[in-house]
Amino acid sequence: MKKMKLSVLLAMFALVIGVLAACGGNAGGNESEGDTSGDSNGGGGEASETSIVVAGSSAMQPLVAAAAEQYKGENADADIQVQAGGSGAGLSQVQEGTIDIGNSDVFAEEKEGIDAGAIVDHQVAVVGMTAAINPKADVDDLTKQQLIDIFTGKVTNWSDVGGADMDITLVNRPDSSGTRDTFVKYALDGETPAEGVTEDSSNTVKQIVADTDGAIGYLALSYFDDDTIVKSKIDGVEATNETIGSGDFPIWAYQHSYTNGEPEGLAKEFLDYMLSDEVQTTIVPEQGYVPMTDMQVERDAEGNLTEK
Amino acid sequence: MAKASVSPSAEERLILTKKNRRWDEVRGRSLVTICAVIMIAATIAVTVFLAQKGLQSFTVNNINPIAYLTSANWNPTGGENASFGIFPFIFGSLAVTFLSALIAAPLGIGAAIFMSEIAPKFGKKVLQPVIELLVGIPSVVYGFIGLVVLVPLLRDHFPGIGFSLFAGVIVLTVMILPTVTTIATDAMRSLPNSLRQGSLALGATRWQTIRKVLIPAALPSLLTAIVLGMARAFGEALAVQMVIGNTRDIPGSIFDTAGTLTTIVTLNIGHTTYGSIENNTLWSMGLILLIISFLFIFVVRYLSGRRKI
Repeated sequence: MKKMKLSVLLAMFALVIGVLAACGGNAGGNESEGDTSGDSNGGGGEASETSIVVAGSSAMQPLVAAAAEQYKGENADADIQVQAGGSGAGLSQVQEGTIDIGNSDVFAEEKEGIDAGAIVDHQVAVVGMTAAINPKADVDDLTKQQLIDIFTGKVTNWSDVGGADMDITLVNRPDSSGTRDTFVKYALDGETPAEGVTEDSSNTVKQIVADTDGAIGYLALSYFDDDTIVKSKIDGVEATNETIGSGDFPIWAYQHSYTNGEPEGLAKEFLDYMLSDEVQTTIVPEQGYVPMTDMQVERDAEGNLTEK
Repeated sequence: MAKASVSPSAEERLILTKKNRRWDEVRGRSLVTICAVIMIAATIAVTVFLAQKGLQSFTVNNINPIAYLTSANWNPTGGENASFGIFPFIFGSLAVTFLSALIAAPLGIGAAIFMSEIAPKFGKKVLQPVIELLVGIPSVVYGFIGLVVLVPLLRDHFPGIGFSLFAGVIVLTVMILPTVTTIATDAMRSLPNSLRQGSLALGATRWQTIRKVLIPAALPSLLTAIVLGMARAFGEALAVQMVIGNTRDIPGSIFDTAGTLTTIVTLNIGHTTYGSIENNTLWSMGLILLIISFLFIFVVRYLSGRRKI
């Protein structure tokens, strides 16, 4: 009996190690890590006609989820799962084929490790963002140069930019975050921000800016819905759908939905639905985004702005 | 099991039970063996996977491991000027861990002595359930309370902006206190009564008994309690992330903002693409977390081995 137990135990170990080795070997190639990391739903690659999985940018998740809800209301047999997880995860998983649509705040070209030629970009909305300032700083208009000086730490007191005599506290986003990327590129002209409190969630950033005297951060326009924080003008231009659409206000980014190859079936229908007037004129502005139809300018992955 | 229409003879029944018993034996044994094997396999799998992912920064991206561990310059998105030095985060993690253990240890052991020696009945009926309830509070709740109560409080009464190493230490102290207290209480209670009686019989006061006899006797277990608390503090991400500020500089004082290995990983991992250098360096941080956690476990094993009673 004892011998038998031992042999069973050994057999099990051999099995486990075998499985492990298989997993390990798999993860060695950089294509199939999603299978082993366990954050994607196993066999989602072969999506059936009536079921798709959407994942990626957490900033986009409410918009896409709201559209998916409405779509499901109209098409009872459609099953659309919308998950968050971050732009990087969305792009990686759509490239691997573990999800059907990968949402991202940034162009795939800007992310290392993504073959932008292999996935297809669908721009579904535009998000505008601007500096969020603590009301006690008494500033509501900054030139771009002042903004750069503040975020690079050259200016450390609000009185230097026409505000109250109060120290400036910076609130940043994590290094790889799409929001930070957009803000650095179009508000700071690529200058690296100085160190400050770093938070990922927009709600947390908003709360910190509202509560901390002299704090400044950056937020998507939908978060400026009360007077706990000041929505800063940039060079005298207020951030609105009109100024962003005309190209006068510089800090905005596309909300991308990427598919692996041309979309088919439900993925195609849903993306068409996202771009339809029905969604663009209701859900998109309701969620605080700029509809694609309002955009008179377009921007490519390198950041070049052109009239439409 | 088998129910015949005619009731079987006594001998038949005995054979049936014997068979059942033997079957039961095998079934039970394989059941628990499977459980054990799954546990071991999970541990090995996580270790192997993390090691393999974590080493990619050094093998694929050719980052110098020494520079990775000792450089204080963290700028993963700097393009050509990118630098990957995680020393500030290792420092931050160890700082919050040791400082919170420093506060939680005397509090936890004090409470344990109170519960086991001074007021055993009250301790067992009231204090212990209260402390055990604290364990069940999710870390996000601790973090949220820290964010809305503790940070503004610190901002008003101390230098700095509230988000600080100190805020992280306080939140972690509250979080690991139940762990330390519970294990320390068990350690004190498991001391044989003869120790107490012997000490008292020699004329020692209760306090002398506690200080000179009971604490030294329970010391290895008490240290284990502290180390397990530290292990929990070291691995905590969410609550710390909400109050510590997550900066990449080595804090100059406890009222400065800081970052820890866990908070940097949780903040950034979703934004990075798989296989990119940013992603790989985050996995490496995970590997370092695992290695340091193993060190904690080794310390615990060593201390448990020294236990005399």
